[in-house]
Amino acid sequence: MVDLTQYLPILIFLVIALGLSGLFVFLPMGVSRLTGAHKPSKDKLAEYECGFPAFEDSRHQFDVRFYLVAILFIIFDLEAAFLFPWAVSLDLTGWAGWITMMVFLGELLIGFAYAWKKGALEWE
Amino acid sequence: MTAFFESLGMNYEWAWFVATICGILLIALPLMLAVAMIIYVDRKIWAAMALRRGPNVVGPFGLLQSFADGLKVFLQETIIPSAANKGLFLIAPIITFTVALMAWAVMPFAEGAVLADINVGLLYILAISSLGVYGVVISGWASNSKYPFFSALRAAAQMISYEVSIGFILICVILWAGTNNLSDIVMAQKGAGLGIVNGFFFNILLFPMWVLFLISGMAETARAPFDLTEAESELVAGYQTEYSSMAFALFWLGEYANVLLMCALNTTLFFGGWLPPLDIGILYVVPGFIWWLLKTFFFFFVFSWVKATVPRFRYDQLMRLGWKIFLPMSLLFVVLVSGYLMLTRYG
Repeated sequence: MVDLTQYLPILIFLVIALGLSGLFVFLPMGVSRLTGAHKPSKDKLAEYECGFPAFEDSRHQFDVRFYLVAILFIIFDLEAAFLFPWAVSLDLTGWAGWITMMVFLGELLIGFAYAWKKGALEWE
Repeated sequence: MTAFFESLGMNYEWAWFVATICGILLIALPLMLAVAMIIYVDRKIWAAMALRRGPNVVGPFGLLQSFADGLKVFLQETIIPSAANKGLFLIAPIITFTVALMAWAVMPFAEGAVLADINVGLLYILAISSLGVYGVVISGWASNSKYPFFSALRAAAQMISYEVSIGFILICVILWAGTNNLSDIVMAQKGAGLGIVNGFFFNILLFPMWVLFLISGMAETARAPFDLTEAESELVAGYQTEYSSMAFALFWLGEYANVLLMCALNTTLFFGGWLPPLDIGILYVVPGFIWWLLKTFFFFFVFSWVKATVPRFRYDQLMRLGWKIFLPMSLLFVVLVSGYLMLTRYG
């Protein structure tokens, strides 16, 4: 049974960190209203463009490669998540555990080679 | 610390609670102070390498420059663009800064000086640093502006690419130390190199991993030469373009807190954390925290040095380095390290 109380400081830390950063964001908004620095105008609130009004919506299509990278990341990061428990229990699982993980890595490598061959990793 | 507050007449639960709050503040407040000073140091080192003087007006030697900047930024107006998604726009810097602080909860500063000594410390750090991507992506999306959007896409792809190889590098360290707990990893490095050097870097199988970790750390935190997310000639100021006032400063603070975390991780995972460099009795006279601080600062100097001297990468070079060189190499070393351990230690 895992002793969950050791995670309690992290939870308290989360509350304090959230409070601190929330304070940092919202306090200056109040202060600037008090000091009179808060003077929004139409041009000031327009999105940044090089000195002219924006031509088009900024949320347009983007390169599919970013999407491919994200998908590859999910696969490899999940694999790393499998490796973490394996790495700390290598002395318990012995050769059987090692060989099993090597087979798993080998299968993943085939997928990686396929993605490489297909050009999913090319950026030009 | 709990025992101290108990001696003041509190019962155990309250003493524990107050001690934990004190511990958190003892980490968070000096960390923010350290970030302010490290920004000054960064500018000074950068200036010295370019034969300039750097900040030297505010306070003696310009030491108070960061605080003057902070005050100026604090009194500024917070501009929220009319096209932006207002809620998300304000949440993004909060996420970035919170996550940057949170990772420090498991960092051992000296023997026993750790807030949460959990047994999956390294996994926790990996998880928390993955969350950093959200702040970046949300800020880029919520700004509803062209340059932040491009920058956020780039930053997200860059951060997740290097996170993959960082994951495998961490596996190598865990394999060798046989534990996930950061304090135990530090203790496992005692006399790890030839029985006298404290640190995993003095090991032919882990030294290449340290080099990869140092470079991946720079890419993960978008430090130069991998600072493509804020390549000012292409993207103005990156995903922070639309931000002003403290919301902007939070991104900055978070970024530098992450850089410091990477330096601290280099220290903890490969250079023996709070242990002195050599396993000699006399060196243990110096408190562990001093050694930790010296090593971490040394790595920050290396980060600044690289920033001052190495030109920026192109994006395709960056992705090629991450996916075609670092990933296969770190994967190979997972196999090598585990195979070597099976043959020598566990077989």
